[in-house]
Amino acid sequence: MAGPVNPSLISAPLISSWLDFSYPGIVLARTGKSELGQGIDTALIQVVADTLSVDSSRVRVLPPDTDGPDEAFTAGSLSVQHSGGALLASAVHARRLFDAAARERAGGDVVLNEGTFTQGEESFSYWDLADIVDLAVPVDPLLSHPETTGLIGQSSARVDLADKVLGAPRYLQDMRIDGMVFARIVRPPSRGAHLIKSDTAGVAAAPDVVDVLIDGDFVAVVAQTEIAAIRGAEDLAGRLAWSGSDETLDDEHIAEFLTGVETQDSPISGGSLPESASHTARYTRPFISHASIGPSCAIALDDGEELSVWSHTQGVFPLRRDIARALGRDEGVVRVAHVEGAGCYGHNPADDVAYDAALIATRFPGRPVQVTWSREDELGWAPFGPAMVVDLAAETDTTGRITGWSWDGYGNGHSSRPSTLPSPSLLSFAQQQDGIAIPPSSDPPLASGEGTGRNAVPGYSVGAVRAVAHRALEMPIRASALRSLGAYVNVFAIESHMDDLARMNGVDPVEYRLRHLDDERGRAVVEAAAAASSWGDALPPDHGRGIGYARYKGTGAWCAVVAEVEAISEVRVTSLWIAVDCGRVINPDGVRNQIEGGAVQSLSWTLKERVRFAAGRVSSNTWEDYPILRFTEVPAVHITLIDRPEQPWLGSGEASMGPTAAAVGNALTDALGVRVRDLPLTPDAIVAALESPTS
Amino acid sequence: MDHDVTVNGSQHRVATADTTPLLWVLRDSLGLTGTRYGCGAGSCGACTVWVDGQPTHSCDTPMWSAAGHEITTVEGLTERGPHPVQTELIDGQAGQCGYCLSGIVMRSAALVDRARDQGRVLTGPEVREALDGHLCRCGAHNRIVAAVIRASEA
Repeated sequence: MAGPVNPSLISAPLISSWLDFSYPGIVLARTGKSELGQGIDTALIQVVADTLSVDSSRVRVLPPDTDGPDEAFTAGSLSVQHSGGALLASAVHARRLFDAAARERAGGDVVLNEGTFTQGEESFSYWDLADIVDLAVPVDPLLSHPETTGLIGQSSARVDLADKVLGAPRYLQDMRIDGMVFARIVRPPSRGAHLIKSDTAGVAAAPDVVDVLIDGDFVAVVAQTEIAAIRGAEDLAGRLAWSGSDETLDDEHIAEFLTGVETQDSPISGGSLPESASHTARYTRPFISHASIGPSCAIALDDGEELSVWSHTQGVFPLRRDIARALGRDEGVVRVAHVEGAGCYGHNPADDVAYDAALIATRFPGRPVQVTWSREDELGWAPFGPAMVVDLAAETDTTGRITGWSWDGYGNGHSSRPSTLPSPSLLSFAQQQDGIAIPPSSDPPLASGEGTGRNAVPGYSVGAVRAVAHRALEMPIRASALRSLGAYVNVFAIESHMDDLARMNGVDPVEYRLRHLDDERGRAVVEAAAAASSWGDALPPDHGRGIGYARYKGTGAWCAVVAEVEAISEVRVTSLWIAVDCGRVINPDGVRNQIEGGAVQSLSWTLKERVRFAAGRVSSNTWEDYPILRFTEVPAVHITLIDRPEQPWLGSGEASMGPTAAAVGNALTDALGVRVRDLPLTPDAIVAALESPTS
Repeated sequence: MDHDVTVNGSQHRVATADTTPLLWVLRDSLGLTGTRYGCGAGSCGACTVWVDGQPTHSCDTPMWSAAGHEITTVEGLTERGPHPVQTELIDGQAGQCGYCLSGIVMRSAALVDRARDQGRVLTGPEVREALDGHLCRCGAHNRIVAAVIRASEA
């Protein structure tokens, strides 16, 4: 599997960085990628067990830890490529070294089966040989791969799921350490508000309350029990006086703001603006919340020498760097270890709450401190997936073929992840007395798939493409990475535009795409999704059908989605047909789960979600004010998985986000004859589009 | 103030305020962390337990109303031998992060038990309707519904 150099093998080059045979009968596999509910641990076990020819029950994945390999962030649908690639190469190399040692012992050829090398009567297991095989050697990623039993490619049950169904302790929220105290944070009523007056005596003296901490605008109640911390925080909130906020922006005016504020402009693709565009349009998306079902949680313990932090972060090393920076400590005396939390779809408050716990723990040496955010803070103070404005222009020739394309994307950058900004991007650090406001977010570099510009360049042959990202240099609402970053709205915009062009030229939307699509694997998913959906067959009245397609990041998985909607008094999505090609499939059931989950989440964003804010305060901070898709609203989802065992494996977690939004938008247009360009596609947005003269 | 509750068949006397939600007695006082905190407002279903066999949000059930009743949590259901709903959820790999699942297990198990008592198999629409107050963010809804229907067939 030759390809680009795996960054994980640069930061952790030795076999021993990844694999450990020192426990009899067990292979320990290390990873820097976090289990987020996406099933990465299970896929990694399959890779290692298959390659080493051991039963998968013998392989244990150690969660990310700053004592282990540094794989930066669990992001970009790269975990199977990075961690899976590193473990595959390590296992191939390790097996070769063990095989050589076994042959030397046996004095001839050996056969490997279930972790044991055999020649005649003699047999040696990996663990028998562990003392004489030196794994502290650099991984050679170019070795030929052994024949394996085929565990890679077979559906495997997730190793973490049974505990979660049975209620066994598994989450960080379940972790209990002797002597642990619990804390709740009291946030300001709005961004830009400062604490003027506090009356803490009553709360501090309440039963089970240990202390009230105030540091600038950072306020925390520490208690013996979680409910005492919650009650104390509720009580204290009424005893604090805050200054007003000078923030003036609200979510109704975000498009004007993003296109009016000073920006840093980066060319993504260097064509020029089409001279005579036949179709121009503006598309928008709002801020979107992570909205995990479990509020973020962390535990920290300062033992006087080392600060230990347990976190469901996506990146233990970057988080450690920012915690150390914020506390003014040496990184070497801070340890961050990953423990599973509730679902994570990007840079959510996991890192913020880890700092909350760390900060409080430094005030209570020797006592473990667990902090959990409230639901209101989780929906109100998390970094959000940034709002964006996308302007598209396309030029066509007399045959309707696209001959030029232009994209302008406006928005805050898609990453304010820890250690990526000039100062720590930890909420409470910014609220402390001498804290520094969190700088405006940035975008990942082009080589990492960009952020605002992710999937800005269509995967079609459309002549010269001009694409310029305009990153807003003011950030009134903190923005950061949310599943698929800019690809969600960019694919929605491109695919809406393609559909418009198909209609304008009287060509079937699938046919129109195929005319512009040279990529064979792209054509295959479009054709597969169309065929599965019986594309072209007549639909019942009031129904519409639409398609969306993209290759994620231009370098990842290929995905096409067909949506069918029923539009009577409201728009209801009745079915999705999805075709996906993520190369060699490790765990088919895992890929299906990820693709369907991504599509359903995208559907929720697309039909319902929008962070509401005004004057520095997020008002969509309850489930009533930030509704997400419910069981009765989830459509049937049909998945066609195109396995390509001869191709490199690619991540699948984000591939269906953009195409699903696009398919639904196009189906809505098919049903109602109106184009809605502003997400989410709510009844209000549909009415607004119907009334708009430009629609 | 002392409150007597029966949790998963064991009797407990818990000293806490009348208004303390059952959720926090389970998690803080009894160490039963399988019941999840999700919103504290009865809006997401993650904290669902049984009170005298009825699925109930433990986050907005104060101890004064829970006292004297029989509480069953996901751990209690597991102890009796996993409920068919739990078995089917695992067999169907119906979940991703799983944080919503213990509440969904409790709601679905009651639904399945009732259907089986009535000698009938659940339909998709009625499972979706019953679970509509339970939020899942990972998009595992369809797998969950299929697992609950299968559990009612067993």
